[in-house]
Amino acid sequence: MATYLEFIQQNEERDGVRFSWNVWPSSRLEATRMVVPLACLLTPLKERPDLPPVQYEPVLCSRPTCKAVLNPLCQVDYRAKLWACNFCFQRNQFPPAYGGISEVNQPAELMPQFSTIEYMIQRGAQSPLIFLYVVDTCLEEDDLQALKESLQMSLSLLPPDALVGLITFGRMVQVHELSCEGISKSYVFRGTKDLTAKQIQDMLGLTKPAMPMQQARPVQPQEHPCASTRFLQPVHKIDMNLTDLLGELQRDPWPVTQGKRPLRSTGVALSIAVGLLEGTFPNTGARIMLFTGGPPTQGPGMVVGDELKIPIRSWHDIEKDNARFMKKATKHYEMLANRTAANGHCIDIYACALDQTGLLEMKCCANLTGGYMVMGDSFNTSLFKQTFQRIFTKDFNGDFRMAFGATLDIKTSRELKIAGAIGPCVSLNVKGPCVSENELGVGGTSQWKICGLDPTSTLGIYFEVVNQHNAPIPQGGRGAIQFVTHYQHSSTQRRIRVTTIARNWADVQSQLRHIEAAFDQEAAAVLMARLGVFRAESEEGPDVLRWLDRQLIRLCQKFGQYNKEDPTSFRLSDSFSLYPQTIAQWRKAGYQDMPEYENFKHLLQAPLDDAQEILQARFPMPRYINTEHGGSQARFLLSKVNPSQTHNNLYAWGQETGAPILTDDVSLQVFMDHLKKLAVSSAC
Amino acid sequence: MSQQGYVATPPYSQPQPGIGLSPPHYGHYGDPSHTASPTGMMKPAGPLGVTATGGMLPPGPPPPGPHQFGQNGAHAASHPQQRFPGPPPVNSVASSYVPYQPSAQSSYPSPMSTSSVTQLGSQLSAMQINSYGSSMASPSQGPPGPLSATSLQTPPRPPQPSILLPGSQVLPPPPATLNGPGASPLLPPMYRPDGLSGPAPPNSQYQPPPLPGQALGARYPPQQANSGPQMAGAQLSYPGGFPGGPAQLAGPPQPQKKLDPDSVPSPIQVIENDRASRGGQVYATNTRGQIPPLVTTDCIIQDQGNASPRFIRCTTYCFPCTSDMAKQAQIPLAAVIKPFATIPSNESPLYLVNHGESGPVRCNRCKAYMCPFMQFIEGGRRYQCGFCNCVNDVPPFYFQHLDHIGRRLDHYEKPELSLGSYEYVATLDYCRKNKPPNPPAFIFMIDVSYSNIKNGLVKLICEELKTMLEKLPKIRVGFITYNKVLHFFNVKSNLAQPQMMVVTDVGEVFVPLLDGFLVNYQESQSVIHNLLDQIPDMFADSNENETVFAPVIQAGMEALKAADCPGKLFIFHSSLPTAEAPGKLKNRDDKKLVNTDKEKILFQPQTNVYDSLAKDCVAHGCSVTLFLFPSQYVDVASLGLVPQLTGGTLYKYNNFQMHLDRQQFLNDLRNDIEKKIGFDAIMRVRTSTGFRATDFFGGILMNNTTDVEMAAIDCDKAVTVEFKHDDKLSEDTGALIQCAVLYTTISGQRRLRIHNLGLNCSSQLADLYKSCETDALINFFAKSAFKAVLHQPLKVIREILVNQTAHMLACYRKNCASPSAASQLILPDSMKVLPVYMNCLLKNCVLLSRPEISTDERAYQRQLVMAMGVADSQLFFYPQLLPIHTLDVKSTMLPAAVRCSESRLSEEGIFLLANGLHMFLWLGVSSPPELIQGIFNVPSFAHINTDMTLLPEVGNPYSQQLRMIMGIIQQKRPYSMKLTIVKQREQPEMVFRQFLVEDKGLYGGSSYVDFLCCVHKEICQLLN
Repeated sequence: MATYLEFIQQNEERDGVRFSWNVWPSSRLEATRMVVPLACLLTPLKERPDLPPVQYEPVLCSRPTCKAVLNPLCQVDYRAKLWACNFCFQRNQFPPAYGGISEVNQPAELMPQFSTIEYMIQRGAQSPLIFLYVVDTCLEEDDLQALKESLQMSLSLLPPDALVGLITFGRMVQVHELSCEGISKSYVFRGTKDLTAKQIQDMLGLTKPAMPMQQARPVQPQEHPCASTRFLQPVHKIDMNLTDLLGELQRDPWPVTQGKRPLRSTGVALSIAVGLLEGTFPNTGARIMLFTGGPPTQGPGMVVGDELKIPIRSWHDIEKDNARFMKKATKHYEMLANRTAANGHCIDIYACALDQTGLLEMKCCANLTGGYMVMGDSFNTSLFKQTFQRIFTKDFNGDFRMAFGATLDIKTSRELKIAGAIGPCVSLNVKGPCVSENELGVGGTSQWKICGLDPTSTLGIYFEVVNQHNAPIPQGGRGAIQFVTHYQHSSTQRRIRVTTIARNWADVQSQLRHIEAAFDQEAAAVLMARLGVFRAESEEGPDVLRWLDRQLIRLCQKFGQYNKEDPTSFRLSDSFSLYPQTIAQWRKAGYQDMPEYENFKHLLQAPLDDAQEILQARFPMPRYINTEHGGSQARFLLSKVNPSQTHNNLYAWGQETGAPILTDDVSLQVFMDHLKKLAVSSAC
Repeated sequence: MSQQGYVATPPYSQPQPGIGLSPPHYGHYGDPSHTASPTGMMKPAGPLGVTATGGMLPPGPPPPGPHQFGQNGAHAASHPQQRFPGPPPVNSVASSYVPYQPSAQSSYPSPMSTSSVTQLGSQLSAMQINSYGSSMASPSQGPPGPLSATSLQTPPRPPQPSILLPGSQVLPPPPATLNGPGASPLLPPMYRPDGLSGPAPPNSQYQPPPLPGQALGARYPPQQANSGPQMAGAQLSYPGGFPGGPAQLAGPPQPQKKLDPDSVPSPIQVIENDRASRGGQVYATNTRGQIPPLVTTDCIIQDQGNASPRFIRCTTYCFPCTSDMAKQAQIPLAAVIKPFATIPSNESPLYLVNHGESGPVRCNRCKAYMCPFMQFIEGGRRYQCGFCNCVNDVPPFYFQHLDHIGRRLDHYEKPELSLGSYEYVATLDYCRKNKPPNPPAFIFMIDVSYSNIKNGLVKLICEELKTMLEKLPKIRVGFITYNKVLHFFNVKSNLAQPQMMVVTDVGEVFVPLLDGFLVNYQESQSVIHNLLDQIPDMFADSNENETVFAPVIQAGMEALKAADCPGKLFIFHSSLPTAEAPGKLKNRDDKKLVNTDKEKILFQPQTNVYDSLAKDCVAHGCSVTLFLFPSQYVDVASLGLVPQLTGGTLYKYNNFQMHLDRQQFLNDLRNDIEKKIGFDAIMRVRTSTGFRATDFFGGILMNNTTDVEMAAIDCDKAVTVEFKHDDKLSEDTGALIQCAVLYTTISGQRRLRIHNLGLNCSSQLADLYKSCETDALINFFAKSAFKAVLHQPLKVIREILVNQTAHMLACYRKNCASPSAASQLILPDSMKVLPVYMNCLLKNCVLLSRPEISTDERAYQRQLVMAMGVADSQLFFYPQLLPIHTLDVKSTMLPAAVRCSESRLSEEGIFLLANGLHMFLWLGVSSPPELIQGIFNVPSFAHINTDMTLLPEVGNPYSQQLRMIMGIIQQKRPYSMKLTIVKQREQPEMVFRQFLVEDKGLYGGSSYVDFLCCVHKEICQLLN
């Protein structure tokens, strides 16, 4: 099966797409029986050093409901200068600029190697990237110092013409005006008061002043933009100012009495940041970067009160619905996240504290807008410092590895429908012929908005085969999917990347082996994990686990080779061998999406330089813990390894090869044994 | 519109005997009948003809001649012009009682004639100035009521002079009644007998005020009694020409009679007499119930057991023993307490008593503080409280043996045993939360909206603060600027540059910073200077017109609260706060409300936001001083509420112009910042048994009936306290008052300031009347009336004032004065000038319901008066008018003041008038050129530029002397007076004339003489 591995790898390299099934079952019934849904992992901005963008705009299918982009799968009549859309079969005239095409003079988008192609759009005003720092000042002195240094350093990494803004918060929220000479000026907001976007803009003076005054002086029509940019200034203009300002930043001066948490107005700070950008630069690439050192303790979005004697909500509180502030806070942040997404901005959260910081409530801010969420112990760690620095790394072209305000539009051939997407996106609610009624993930649409993305941002896209069993697809038929991603490149250009892929249909009855061989178990594990996580958001934890288990057992039943009721006879083909393990891992990890943990297993065996290499390649930077047997830090490791020995089975096994691992999780061995037993059981 | 408020003086028939018995016919305020009979002869009334008042104005034909009114017929004629060449003023020694001698004689050609009458005292007989009634009806004078202006309008103004003199006034001019009724020995005969002259000689007639601009001075030299009632009508009709004017002016020689202004009691005389007898002397407060010198008299006060009159003045120093007596006399029993009054350097400052942790010694029952009224007994082991009579043990630490007369041996060593006023160091029990207070802070809050930037005010304030802060005591300061949002400044000393923090959430304002807002000036000097330099530029381009106000106060208060200290806000504000925020105001200046029952609304705050804000401020020791720079209506009634209730001061500069008003404002600002002030104060007035404090007036807030709370109180603020009987008072023990003020000093020390005062009690009404102080009475009346303005129609208030005045005097007449003819006006010596002062109060713009007067100005003056002490209210209601041309450049003495009447002015004269708010330099058209040269350094009258508020510094004795005099007048006054140069017969003279309070007011308000007649009539009615 080396060929399939190669195929998968090639496809990923070229198109940034990995399917769970690379040969598609040709009917709805069969597809459902495959257990693992037909789905793909799409990396819309997969780095393609060999793919220079073309300097023109894509040619679209003229059918209003289709508008697919001309691609190598289209049938072209060079003589008639016509092309047929491979999705809706509409015949389209080439635009006049294509007058000279012929078999030998093809535009790039028709060449097979350009299944992925990028167009550069010249239209529209380009506006600079915007970085709005939202900084918590309720930090320990050295933490704040480290953060200030990181922020100051970041100014040199930003694109010179990028706009930058600063909001600091503690008990109050301060929006700093950056263009002042001689006096530093900031607008201050109470940290406890929820303000509407309109109020915020009024209070910041962003709304247009009363007209009469302006009419008196028609000479300066451009006055308004000046006012709105008091808070957002080009880096090259104010980097000195801002460096000083950051340097003078003090810890929140309000006294924190014994037994209290500092009052931290994260909710209002974020709300103001969102409102500020909403009022000034809607639909322009912008990044709100929230740096916080603890949980929000007052105002809208508070996660815990300021009384230290009342601990922050624990897993038990959440489970018993005892987390007093959680629902309200989550609602607040969801509202903010949705607004931010609607504006095309994204929110990063950098939370560094030893205790919890309320990421659970705030996670939607990053999740819905494609922002980063980084969790660390302190801003004074390399984990944070290097992670933060890495955000501003550049690609081989010298461009920042970030993009903004993307919309992903998916077209499918008629045998397929789109069930949904799971990833850092929000639905744009575009209904269409290729939208399935059955939702998996964020469904009901063929378009999503991804406000912040980088070359590794990946979405899980789930499909539904709608072809009926009694309408077989001819042998050799292929299904096609087109991914059209509009986005703002870090160079501020608008670009469109179009990826059009096709896969073979196969009849399950006759070609199960084929399909089986084309199973991408890694992709499938990730896709199932995403589904599991997504379900966990809305359903009860145990139900999700049971669902995962059942899916696994069904998969094994379907693809394993075994004799009924004989667990020892169970075998899986190579392409399935890893999947159950991975699922076991995911199962343990609960529903937190924390891919960085995955590699500790490798770390365990790898030499230190291997570790370094991995550290360099990963984002966010993984927590790197150098430990030894019996060391206190070893708990991080032990919690991740396969618990082959626990306090439960230690004596039963009677072995003395190592310390027991204190966990209720079962070892892989037990898990596999049990799985096999269930898979072969006819009772299931 | 010419309102001829006061019209002709009734003719007085000289030969008519029995005139003296005829009652004054006009005193009737509001007697509608007068309206009906604008002119006419007063019919002869019976001897006690008071009853006749109502109908006494038969519309008789105007007397053809000036003097033909054979009897006391009076005319409420339209004609004011009657001249009363009457008796020259006779300032002879009089008894302490100066009843007006009823002058039975028909004519008093000369003052001397009165002497023939046996009655004692001056008299005012046959006050048939019947026109008075109608004058009262003139628009300003509400109480008289229904008389409409039109009725006075004298539409049928007779063209001929003769007709214009329809009613000659019959005024007995017995000015010099010398024989006091056995002048009480206690009182030096310091007052001249003032008498309203008896029946005027037939030739006396009221002289209408000379028409402005006409040769007033020349024709009527000041001494010439041309002070007929000033008629609004006449004045207003100018320059249109009062047809009769010239003729009348021509006609003085005619033998008409009028009441001689010089014959009515003169405030100036009273002041001068007191000054002459007591000025420059030492006044020792060793005797209970003694009457202090007048506020206008300079003397040295020595505390010998009772509080100095600088701290407490009473309406009477002898209380009636019973409440029945008090009711009978209707004399308010009140004390005007100015607990932080400035003590001149030649008097000893208050001693500070420190009992360490034990704190002040207090009566166990009534909690009165140890004071000279405590009686030590049982060899010094116990003491009896002078207030509640409770016998207390002397705390061991405080024990001292008694001497042979039962006095403690340390009597003279302990201020609290021997002095009327002293201070205690307060212990922690007296502090908020039992913690020593933090030192107070000052916060400067500058309106940086467009108008303030444009007129340069912001720059001026910032510049001034830089130098002024240098002089400040060690106190923390903070800065806020605002328009419709607030800007706080962080001026922490370690900052390279100030930080500005904008708070736009004015709906719910808060303090955005803690550290660095309130700073020590010395430490943060460079940052503060940096800030003050930048503020004017920072907002130079601002077009923001809208302002907020309540949030500004809120912010300052929150800042002080956060810093846990008391303090004072200095707010420099210019406009009606119309921006969307709490306390937003709309322009509600509705002139239609004037003179209706709803007029009080204009004095009430528009919203209750300010009321609750004031309460919060007081609760946190935050005093608000407001500098207002309005160019139009700003609703002073609303904006001024917080300053008033928090013991702050309100300053107002209408249409601020840099070159004219700069100095006045800067003086006020400097003075205010440097004022001696106590913060976070609570005052408690305790009294001995039998009476208690029932009502309080002033810049105060009261949450219960006894504790007077003040966020701050400075040296110029006075609280007027009214007392009522609970029970009988004893002549032996007298009536004792202890006023204790708990406060925080500017340096943050908690102290108690105690003032004790003992008053006499008597069951004789005469004693009561003997011990009254008119200046304090007027202070009380003004405050109670101005307080009532919020709740009652002005008309009612004016009626009450007139009635009470009449009642007080009638009671005296009935019970104390020697028998005399009913037609005599007899005034107790101590109340000789009560009518003139009362008339001034009634003529104050607050009580005048006239739409011409700015609503803001009325609210402003109302507020000022509420916190005034006796000296300030005296000057405010009766301005000081100094003839500058009589200046003796060799002497440092001020020239003797003259009465505030146009008749005292002369074309050749230069006069300086001051009332505590304004100062005028009036220049007669024929002012001596050498004076003009000396003062203005210009060759002639015509060259004088009146567009100045400061006199040039000319190196010449006149200039120096005048400026020195102005300095002396200004000294000790809480408000800097803006100088206005007024040339005779130029437009601004109109403003000046309003301050000639003995004349008829520009906007109505009767003349002194008219009012006196009115009161007389009321009295007569009461006596009947």
